[in-house]
Amino acid sequence: MLNERVLPLIATIVVFVLLYGYGIYEYKGFRDTLVFTNLLTDNAFLIVTAVGMSFVIISGGIDLSVGSMIAFIGVLLAYLISGLGIHPVFAAVIALCVATFFGTMMGVIIAYFDIQPFIVTLAGLFLFRGLAYLINLDSVPIDHSFLVTLAEIYVPLPGRGGLTFIAMAMIVLLVIGMVVAKRTRFGLNVYAIGGDKQSASLLGVPVNRTLVKIYALSGFYSGAAGIVFAIYTGSGYPLAAVGVELDAIAAVVIGGTLLTGGVGFVVGAFLGALIQGIIQTLIIFDGTLNSWWTKVAIGVLLLLFILMQKGIVHFTKRYTEKSVKPEPEAVPVTKAA
Amino acid sequence: MQFVSKPRPDAKTLAPVISLFVLIMGTSLVTPGFLDISIVDGHIYGSLVDIVHRATPMLLVAVGMAIVIGTKGIDLSVGSIIAISGAVTAVLTVNTEWLPFVVMGCALLAGMACGLWNGLLVTVFGIQPIVATLILMVAGRGIAQMITGGQIVTFHSEFFNAIGNGFFAGLPLRVVLAIVIVVATALVLRKTALGLFFESVGANAESSRLMGIDSRMLILIAYVFSGFCSAMAGIILAADIRGADANNAGLWLELDAILAVVIAGASLSGGRIYLGLTVIGALIIQTLTTAILTSGLPAQYNLIVKASIVLLVLLIQSSRTRDFVKSRLMLARRSSHVE
Amino acid sequence: MTDQNNPPLLSIEGVHKSFPGVRALDNVSLTLNAGEIHALLGENGAGKSTLIKVLTGIYVKDSGSLVMDGKPVHIHDSLDAQKHGIRTVYQEINLIPTMTVAENLTLLDQPKRMGLISWRSAESRAREMLRRVGLDIDLRSQLDSHSVAIQQMVAIARALGSKARILILDEPTASLDSQEIARLFELMRQLKSEGMGIIFVTHFLDQVYDISDTISVLRNGCHVGTFKTEALSRSDLVSHMLGKDLDTLHHEQSDSSLEHGNRQRILSLKQVGRRNMLNPLDLDLHQGEVVGLAGLLGSGRTEVCQLAFGAKRPDQGRKSWLGTEVSINTPKQAIAQGMAYCPEDRKHHGIVAELSVRENLILALQSARGWWSPMPMSEQKAIVDEFIQRLNIKTPHMEKPIGELSGGNQQKVILARWLITQPKLLILDEPTRGIDVGAHHEIIQIIKDLCGEGMSLLVASSEVEEIVAFAHRVAVMRDRTKVAEVSGDRISQKSIIQAIAQ
Repeated sequence: MLNERVLPLIATIVVFVLLYGYGIYEYKGFRDTLVFTNLLTDNAFLIVTAVGMSFVIISGGIDLSVGSMIAFIGVLLAYLISGLGIHPVFAAVIALCVATFFGTMMGVIIAYFDIQPFIVTLAGLFLFRGLAYLINLDSVPIDHSFLVTLAEIYVPLPGRGGLTFIAMAMIVLLVIGMVVAKRTRFGLNVYAIGGDKQSASLLGVPVNRTLVKIYALSGFYSGAAGIVFAIYTGSGYPLAAVGVELDAIAAVVIGGTLLTGGVGFVVGAFLGALIQGIIQTLIIFDGTLNSWWTKVAIGVLLLLFILMQKGIVHFTKRYTEKSVKPEPEAVPVTKAA
Repeated sequence: MQFVSKPRPDAKTLAPVISLFVLIMGTSLVTPGFLDISIVDGHIYGSLVDIVHRATPMLLVAVGMAIVIGTKGIDLSVGSIIAISGAVTAVLTVNTEWLPFVVMGCALLAGMACGLWNGLLVTVFGIQPIVATLILMVAGRGIAQMITGGQIVTFHSEFFNAIGNGFFAGLPLRVVLAIVIVVATALVLRKTALGLFFESVGANAESSRLMGIDSRMLILIAYVFSGFCSAMAGIILAADIRGADANNAGLWLELDAILAVVIAGASLSGGRIYLGLTVIGALIIQTLTTAILTSGLPAQYNLIVKASIVLLVLLIQSSRTRDFVKSRLMLARRSSHVE
Repeated sequence: MTDQNNPPLLSIEGVHKSFPGVRALDNVSLTLNAGEIHALLGENGAGKSTLIKVLTGIYVKDSGSLVMDGKPVHIHDSLDAQKHGIRTVYQEINLIPTMTVAENLTLLDQPKRMGLISWRSAESRAREMLRRVGLDIDLRSQLDSHSVAIQQMVAIARALGSKARILILDEPTASLDSQEIARLFELMRQLKSEGMGIIFVTHFLDQVYDISDTISVLRNGCHVGTFKTEALSRSDLVSHMLGKDLDTLHHEQSDSSLEHGNRQRILSLKQVGRRNMLNPLDLDLHQGEVVGLAGLLGSGRTEVCQLAFGAKRPDQGRKSWLGTEVSINTPKQAIAQGMAYCPEDRKHHGIVAELSVRENLILALQSARGWWSPMPMSEQKAIVDEFIQRLNIKTPHMEKPIGELSGGNQQKVILARWLITQPKLLILDEPTRGIDVGAHHEIIQIIKDLCGEGMSLLVASSEVEEIVAFAHRVAVMRDRTKVAEVSGDRISQKSIIQAIAQ
């Protein structure tokens, strides 16, 4: 079924295929599945973050705190494992609880005090980075035999590629995200709030409770991304993942999710993050281009997708413009003479 | 009949001023010599001067941000604009024989072009400000790196040294520069009708349109001005370290600037521009930073303190909180009546 | 009518509801039978929406009772209303435009299998719901890809759901064309034959007579009466709505007459209109003349004002100003010619709430002068002082945010805002809406004075009495069309009401 909602996603897939096709055409190395599986591993933390961000953006909000959360959780994990000697599994559970808790708190402030998400999560950005510094100022290696075992997990694929543990963890989290978005009432409520908050509330959607859950979920996912990142780098570093919130937002938007909310696919975040990864890989393969081209290219893609969304919304708005919704009740002031 | 034309300054206006005062006094208790000011070689030195000196770039950005927020917008790209203008300054100084004035003009123009870009996205394409400025926030540092060729470009120039660390009439030159810009902005806002129009557009765009006010042009001007202020901040920061660091110049400055505007009491939903209080807000943030550094507390507290202040101020400003407190008060009053 | 064996579906008995300062519903009693279409009529502020909100649980009534099937029911929130089978469809379709038809129909109540939503059974349920309203559209299409009428039908389908017994339609036809309305009515008749009780709120009298069995009229929160549709003439209905008894209105006619043969024509509209908003109309305004725009709510009064001023861009017709053809498509152009406009929605289109009384007052004049030539503070204060006294604006000081003033004083500030620009033509849309009695009189007096000074005025009002009091000529609007023009001696409440009802 083709309608305007899938158009951006199709555009995303086209961009993805074109970029990958170009890589295969231009560079021999691209033909190995290794390139693809490396993309999965290298961008796992970004994809996980972007999955959580998808829910926030579909609901019409934004979460700027995710980058700091990744750093904070990484440092916390390092402290729990290397400092306190807690088993990595328990440490991860604790870290996820902490991340979800902070996400919930932001959600409560956004929902019940009616403060714009961007400023609340901006404060979160400060706070988590500060908390990370508070635990540790330097990079702390995470050493544990269990993690070594995890790192050895490798499912080889034909064509020299293979799935690492974090790639598989990412895929699991992605699939869970996709299922939650489309197959649970919570997920559908997220879409409803993003589509029209006022109507959603009149239809009976528990708006505030859902909002809290959304930011809790984003906290959980960025916490999970923090764990993935810590395993990936083998350390916790308070200055890690600076600016990842922007990459995650870009991934979600390039993945076809409307920044104004209401429309989007979680799988788009996966593709959007991979597109960023491919651009980076292509630039590395090229060898002559500098890394800043990644940022410029992502910026241009971001712009194009935002303009495309504007255009789609503009040209497919076939229904006549909704009149301004009246205030809850225009109470007449003393007309009873 | 006499009408009081100027109401007495209310609690809202006084709060930031008092906070700054208390902060300075508090810090001076913890840190002896904090209030000392000495004059060496006709130049003023001291912790307070140092605060103002360090605050200038953020203060300038905050002034531009105050106007953008006044029109119900937000500019997230200021950090990137700082990086771009710094890069332009450095590269042109190193690669050309142009007069420093011309170089500075080019850097300012680059910043204003960025602002124009933001403004066009907001007005012509109707993209929400957060989203529109996000694009430049993402791509801007890449552009800055493109300009510097990915290197940290260092340069030597008497002129820019002076801007970064020189003195003028006993005061740090950059402070003088900031004062000039702030005063000029205040004059333009309050001595022409521009300030009123900005606030009117921010508070009620439709009413303003029905009165014939050209909101598009005004919003465009606001973003261009914010670009100008950020570019100025970028020049000062580059001059300070005598180099352009595309990755780190102005990093997180957007947060400090928004924080300064919020502390000044401006609502993020637009409609009021408090220039003077925004300056106070910027000074509060810088004093806090300095106070934490000099009081021996670990610097990392800085971020946590800032975050807590933002949340606190926002919660106090929130109408929900006010409604809640009001209803509680009413309940309390009613129950006391019953008794 | 209510015999013991067959109690009415719903009876509302003596319901009161007050808000601070306002009595929104005052002892309202209504009865709705199964298989009845009951039209609920009344002007703005009559209490229709309050009554509906009481029925749907958004408001809780202060006193009175609701009885369904002879048993008293208590409705404290929308869930209670749902439980009792009371369903509402609003004019602004309260569905999610970005979701699919199926998603909208099943939101919050999706069938699940093993804890997850089963879209297969959700879609079959949605299809069932659509069949009920006779709609056959793609369930996976996005809601806003359909016309408003279809969306309205989907909203009704969702509202009907299961166990619906009472359907409240709040101005469902406001943005539909005649074909779509016919389709909606067909559905209503079908539901009626199934025994549904329908409460139908509308502004369109034709539709009331087309579809309803019973008519109830509310005015100022009071229940004026309930009538059998076939037994109520249109002019009686309009007099009930406006609170005027035609028989007592014989010679109460306008004291204002104006020879405008040799007066200069200020603005003339030729076939000015806009699709879906206002059918093309002609209107001339002369110097020193007050032209009233009469009509019921939704008749196109406001739209005439908006198109004349360029607040909305007309898509057809020509305008001439002082005899020469000009283009007035934006407020800026209108103001440059010497027009001024006080809109109906004071809060959203009039005041700039955060700004002070002084700033609000000088804003329009300052805008006309341009930002580069600011009014000196002394001049501002002088003007503001003068108008605060001249219009008797009650404010402690001129720096008070206008949002904190009462409605009447806000309106006076808006009036003053335009008066200081010395316009040739002033357009007032409902200048006395939501204003206390004292200020009401003052504003009418101001209108009369202005016209005496040679200003032309175009005044839209729902108060016929008011229009008769000051208008030299009255354009009567109905169903977005100008249906009559009365002038001079013939202006009377009776003639206007008759023109509205016709």
